[in-house]
Amino acid sequence: MKVMAQMAMVMNLDKCIGCHTCSVTCKQAWTNRTGTEYVWFNNVETRPGQGYPRRYEDQEEWKGGWTLNKRGRLSLKAGGRWRKLATIFSNPKLPSIKDYYEPWTYDYATLTDAPAQEHTPVARPKSLISGKDMKISWSSNWDDNLGGSAATEKHDPMLAKIADKVKFEFEQTFMFYLPRICEHCLNPSCAASCPSGAIYKRAEDGIVLVDQDRCRGWRMCVSGCPYKKVYFNHKTGKAEKCTFCFPRIEVGLPTVCAETCVGRLRYIGLVLYDADRVLEAASVPDEHDLYEAQRSVLMDPHDPEVVRAAERDGIPRDWIDAAQRSPIHALINVFKVALPLHPEYRTMPMVWYIPPLSPVIDVVRETGEDAEDTGNLFAAIDALRIPVEYLAELFTAGDTVPVDGVLKKLAAMRSYMRDINLGRDPDASIPAAVGMSEEEMYDMYRLLAIAKYDERYVIPPAHAEQAHSLEEIATECSVSEYGGGNPEIFGEGSGSQTPLAVENFRMLQDRQTSDTIASPNDKAARVNLLNWDGKGAPPGMFPPKDADQHHGRGDEQ
Amino acid sequence: MDTFLWVIVPYLCLATFVVGHFWRYRYDKFGWTTRSSQLYENRLLRIGSPLFHFGMLGVVGGHIVGLLVPQSWTDTMGISHEAYHVVAVTGGLLAGIMAVVGMVILIYRRRTVGPVFSATTVMDKVMYAFLAVVILLGMWNTIAGSIMTIGGEYNYREGVSVWYRSFLAFNPDASLMANAPWGFQLHALVAFGLFALWPFTRLVHVFSAPLGYLTRPYIVYRSRDDQLGSHRPRRGWDRISQ
Repeated sequence: MKVMAQMAMVMNLDKCIGCHTCSVTCKQAWTNRTGTEYVWFNNVETRPGQGYPRRYEDQEEWKGGWTLNKRGRLSLKAGGRWRKLATIFSNPKLPSIKDYYEPWTYDYATLTDAPAQEHTPVARPKSLISGKDMKISWSSNWDDNLGGSAATEKHDPMLAKIADKVKFEFEQTFMFYLPRICEHCLNPSCAASCPSGAIYKRAEDGIVLVDQDRCRGWRMCVSGCPYKKVYFNHKTGKAEKCTFCFPRIEVGLPTVCAETCVGRLRYIGLVLYDADRVLEAASVPDEHDLYEAQRSVLMDPHDPEVVRAAERDGIPRDWIDAAQRSPIHALINVFKVALPLHPEYRTMPMVWYIPPLSPVIDVVRETGEDAEDTGNLFAAIDALRIPVEYLAELFTAGDTVPVDGVLKKLAAMRSYMRDINLGRDPDASIPAAVGMSEEEMYDMYRLLAIAKYDERYVIPPAHAEQAHSLEEIATECSVSEYGGGNPEIFGEGSGSQTPLAVENFRMLQDRQTSDTIASPNDKAARVNLLNWDGKGAPPGMFPPKDADQHHGRGDEQ
Repeated sequence: MDTFLWVIVPYLCLATFVVGHFWRYRYDKFGWTTRSSQLYENRLLRIGSPLFHFGMLGVVGGHIVGLLVPQSWTDTMGISHEAYHVVAVTGGLLAGIMAVVGMVILIYRRRTVGPVFSATTVMDKVMYAFLAVVILLGMWNTIAGSIMTIGGEYNYREGVSVWYRSFLAFNPDASLMANAPWGFQLHALVAFGLFALWPFTRLVHVFSAPLGYLTRPYIVYRSRDDQLGSHRPRRGWDRISQ
């Protein structure tokens, strides 16, 4: 048993309103550069739909992820090491820019530069690839909100699998949004596909990163990732991918996509997993067993034996505490309402989803029945096979049993909580019907519906203790200033480097957000207790008793 | 003049080659890439690139054997001069034709496909010119020199190869090159020019041939750097040329 920690995410799809705020803020933070115009580390897809890049889920075409070979052993679907090297001069399965979309900008200059003319000048779209005029015909969310319509139905690879049962009558259409980031898999096929070994999984928090100095631009990761979440920067010639905002995570802040999520549907936390069992779990023969296998690799952080093993394997105590409070562990293994995206790719993804109940509820509501009655909802989940089977294709390799279970839990939670909210007696038979206690049901409600910030994000800061180097001047040989110091002697870059730490981050934040230069506004004065001889009370030591001492405080509030 | 051409220039180029690579690796790891343009265009690349690269692998292999294995070794192994010649010329022709055809396709692609052409730097163009001249001169030497024997028969294994080994042993014999046919002389000179340019072009990717991939474990684990993000930010951008 080797315990490792993994930073993971769960998204509650019921809450996603498809506003793309996550995509936009992520893009602003990470990929608003030349060469990454078409790159969306985070994108939101309308399902049913093609996704981005188009039809990326069709692994018979793209050959991403892992598969079991004839001997039942796990192997890369696109072929092993020799095959990779033999095709290195021309990657056979690289999506072209057309499969993503041709990025563009507008010729804004015309609007101001155009000579006086009869008609208003227009800003024409210009391709950012060729620089020429172009006709915009596709983008990363061109089929936004077109879920379930005839325009997209035939292009959705997941829908194709259940096509014989799906009748796309207008009344029966359903639609939901699927925000996607890199899955930071336990068994990442992008890393396994990288000939240079530039893609690595961080031992501390499991974040999968591309070493930009080692990447040589062979592009095998792009093909290897079944989620198509590694992108090729066509300007630098290097691969780039979602970093799980590791600079933020390291100081205990949630990712940009999570922080800015309007629906507050993202959860971030640690899970502990047994690294020795990953391969075994990824190799179970029946695809329907993959969800359970993957769940079983994640360990119970409350189990004293797991805690001992974790401490033995060097996981810091506060990280174990964080793993115990982790919303991810709760959603995956306690309430069992989160499901992995496409476990059949066998990469063991670490961004999980709570499937949406909304399509079911919408249908029930349209029939005029009570959409929050347990009986109605349970019956509807059973009757509405199409959404359930479609969700199963996404989250459980087509096995409807777990999806059914999750939807029933969510339905039960609604009914149970409605009784409480309306002041009725809570009905204990409702949680019991889905195998939960009343207390568990309330806890789940609290996590899913109340979703407090510090319960959604339980992120222990990285351990980079720098006490020693901060005392460099006192305890280290100052010769380093001559030999090992910074070559720049003058100007801003001179001196040794300031380590980036939580303190700096907070200091900077305070400095950027406070209105005054030195003393904080909300305190009347600073008290230096070192100078206080114990006689009387210096001003500012206690809160002011009357209003005229309130100066400087009430003014702006 | 002979000393300048066949001693000074080659050593200058060799020094640039070695020091240049060291410098580039030390200061520009971020720029060390194939700079693939497959994202822009795949139809021509799919044919041209493997043709060119596998052809070049053959050509390089042929040069290693031809230049580094002394004739006396093959003689003692009992390989006759004629047999060696037939194998070398056949292999060389095959690899050479692959490389030339691939190169023509790739240059055509680079010139005609808009996005690929606009991603081509000045250095790329200079490098292409040198590379093309070297390859064409090499083909000329094979076809005109070895097959059609224009300008008399010349056994490079007794001339150019011996000089090259003496060059690598830091004991160069310039006269051997001075007496070689002009085709070989030019081929060698332009090739040395290419070597001098090498570290400053995308050709550096040759030295990143990922052979380690065959033996390393599939999943690489690495610990976070001890210093959290306190490296001086290296240049993560490139000038937009427009």
